[in-house]
Amino acid sequence: MEAQLGGRKAFAYTAAHALDAAKPTVVFVHGAGLDHSWWGLQSRYFGYHGFNVLAVDLPGHGRSEGAALASIGDMASWVKSLLEKEGIQSVSLVGHSMGALITLEFAARFPAMASRIALIGVAYPMKVSDAFLDAAKRNDTAAYDMETIWGHAPQVPFSGNPNPGMWMYGDTLARLSRLAPGVLHTDLSACNSYAAGFESAAQVACPALFILGARDMMTPPRGAEALVAKIKDARVERIRPSGHSLMAEAPDATLDALIGFLT
Amino acid sequence: MAAGPKYPGFDTLALHAGQSPDPATGARAVPVYQTTSYVFRDAAHAASLFNMERAGHVYSRISNPTVAVLEERMAALEGGVGAIATASGQAALHLAIATLMDAGSHIVASSALYGGSHNLLGYTLKRFGIETTFVSPRQPENFKNAIKPNTRLLFGETLGNPGLDVLDIPAVSEIAHAAGLPLLVDATFTTPYLLKPFEHGADLLYHSATKFLGGHGVAIGGVIVDSGRFDWEKSGKFPQLTAPYAGFHNMDFEEESGTRAFLLRARREGLRDFGACMAPMTAFQILQGIETLHLRMPRHVENTRKVVAFLSSRPEVEKVLYPEIAGHPDNALAKKLLPRGCGAVFSFDIKGGREAGRRFIESLRVFSHLANVGDAKSLVIHPASTTHYRMSDEDLVKAGIGAGTIRLSIGLEDAEDLMGDLNLGLRAAAKG
Repeated sequence: MEAQLGGRKAFAYTAAHALDAAKPTVVFVHGAGLDHSWWGLQSRYFGYHGFNVLAVDLPGHGRSEGAALASIGDMASWVKSLLEKEGIQSVSLVGHSMGALITLEFAARFPAMASRIALIGVAYPMKVSDAFLDAAKRNDTAAYDMETIWGHAPQVPFSGNPNPGMWMYGDTLARLSRLAPGVLHTDLSACNSYAAGFESAAQVACPALFILGARDMMTPPRGAEALVAKIKDARVERIRPSGHSLMAEAPDATLDALIGFLT
Repeated sequence: MAAGPKYPGFDTLALHAGQSPDPATGARAVPVYQTTSYVFRDAAHAASLFNMERAGHVYSRISNPTVAVLEERMAALEGGVGAIATASGQAALHLAIATLMDAGSHIVASSALYGGSHNLLGYTLKRFGIETTFVSPRQPENFKNAIKPNTRLLFGETLGNPGLDVLDIPAVSEIAHAAGLPLLVDATFTTPYLLKPFEHGADLLYHSATKFLGGHGVAIGGVIVDSGRFDWEKSGKFPQLTAPYAGFHNMDFEEESGTRAFLLRARREGLRDFGACMAPMTAFQILQGIETLHLRMPRHVENTRKVVAFLSSRPEVEKVLYPEIAGHPDNALAKKLLPRGCGAVFSFDIKGGREAGRRFIESLRVFSHLANVGDAKSLVIHPASTTHYRMSDEDLVKAGIGAGTIRLSIGLEDAEDLMGDLNLGLRAAAKG
């Protein structure tokens, strides 16, 4: 679906279904530099099993127009604006990496709207190395290499993709290559400077599920422990063989965890 | 050295990409999953696989675990998002075209093509309403001048037949992209070891895996790789990928999968309906070749350079067509795009016409006289007395082939033995 927000096109993938007010809604929020297509299998499942799906493209990503937003708070407010525009009052949110921070912030700011939150591949603080930030600032492709290599488990180049015939590194690089200059740096800076994590976690009123990859180099599972402890109703599913890109590296396990939590 | 993580090297990927030791048995080699189909865990699992909610295999025409290793490995070696293995190189070319266009579409192709590709484009696809304009690849603007409103693809070989025209991929891809079109290249003669077409701007590529990728001459196969970098939505010329398709869940492939749109439709429609899939044993055999590609290609090139130098020095030889020779029209471009070498297939013209060519061929003992290239064994063919024997000398010239043109595919034998064999042939040819 497409909507106009602030005069700019906002896009969300709906799994080829029109929104139905009678159905519960799941919002999927992607990570830095990525877009709705990263949720392919998982978003499609919920779209065909009784849910409205809104896998959003944040501004400056995928099919949504406009400049990338500068802060996690702005991104959370943008998601709320999109939902308001569509007349949706209550949602479950699933966020990956930067999208998990957005999801967390959304649940803290708009508790009446968030019924459940799933945070995938998340750590707090989500500090980004100077080398990564600097490369992204220069629009140096080295930043894409860092996101690609650190964004997958170390064994990924030496193992088979569950999605037959696809090469995860190549897919990530191809997606990043389509980004407008500066978008990745804006995203990474937003992650790096997000400082409200513990306060927001304490305000989360709904159940939360953390889905963490045991081999995550970008956001190692131990980096989520303090955040988990701050949320009243939180539990963790650790997916042993996966790195940071859980939706691609362990698509079935990630989906099963979401099904268990959201249905 | 710049800080930051490193990708595994080409040689490592050639051995490991796409496969970990088999989780069921621990087998280190790629297991041959000789099965047509895969048991569903339950009805819901079956429905999820069919509806693309879960990853996995359903039927080996669509995907197979052994074939998937080859596909992923080739995508890794080429730097693409993924790949599809096919029954042959010709099937790969057909799959690309059938995925991207309908009747009424048009292709601009290099005229320096493998004969089979020329047949497909020039004759067979015409019957199905897809027209091709052939242009000399030596002037990239020829591609630009031939583009029409219904053009959907630019196509050429990294090293063309028979004169080893080097395709100026940076220039032709720029022309393609300015027109909102993708560039497809046949990279069979170069393999990813000698040239990475995506790094120079190509959008799609394919190989006849029968040739250097396998290298052993025991299996026919093809593979098409997508760079994932062409923006189908932005182009606006490909409703096949950007509009709902009633033939597959009303899916808008680009919206659904972004960078994977082309491969998704090619697999879910093209393999499903045309059915030119690769057999698992073939994938296994091609993989055995790929594991030594980085060792074989330097030797192919080393032997070729020796043979080219040998032939260039012989009075019985009219001319040698190899881009590394200073007089070759693409010498400068070859230095830029192919610093590791211009492959191991090339032609030369022998003095004395058809009869000399026949005597030459029939005198060889190490070279095998057959219609193939890219084998570990050296191969030879004389088009005027074999594949093109019905054509007059005048028609041969029009096809870029002389009456005395000999095509060699240089293998991995001792170079001294190869030159000794060629020496016998040249002497026999000169005797008249």
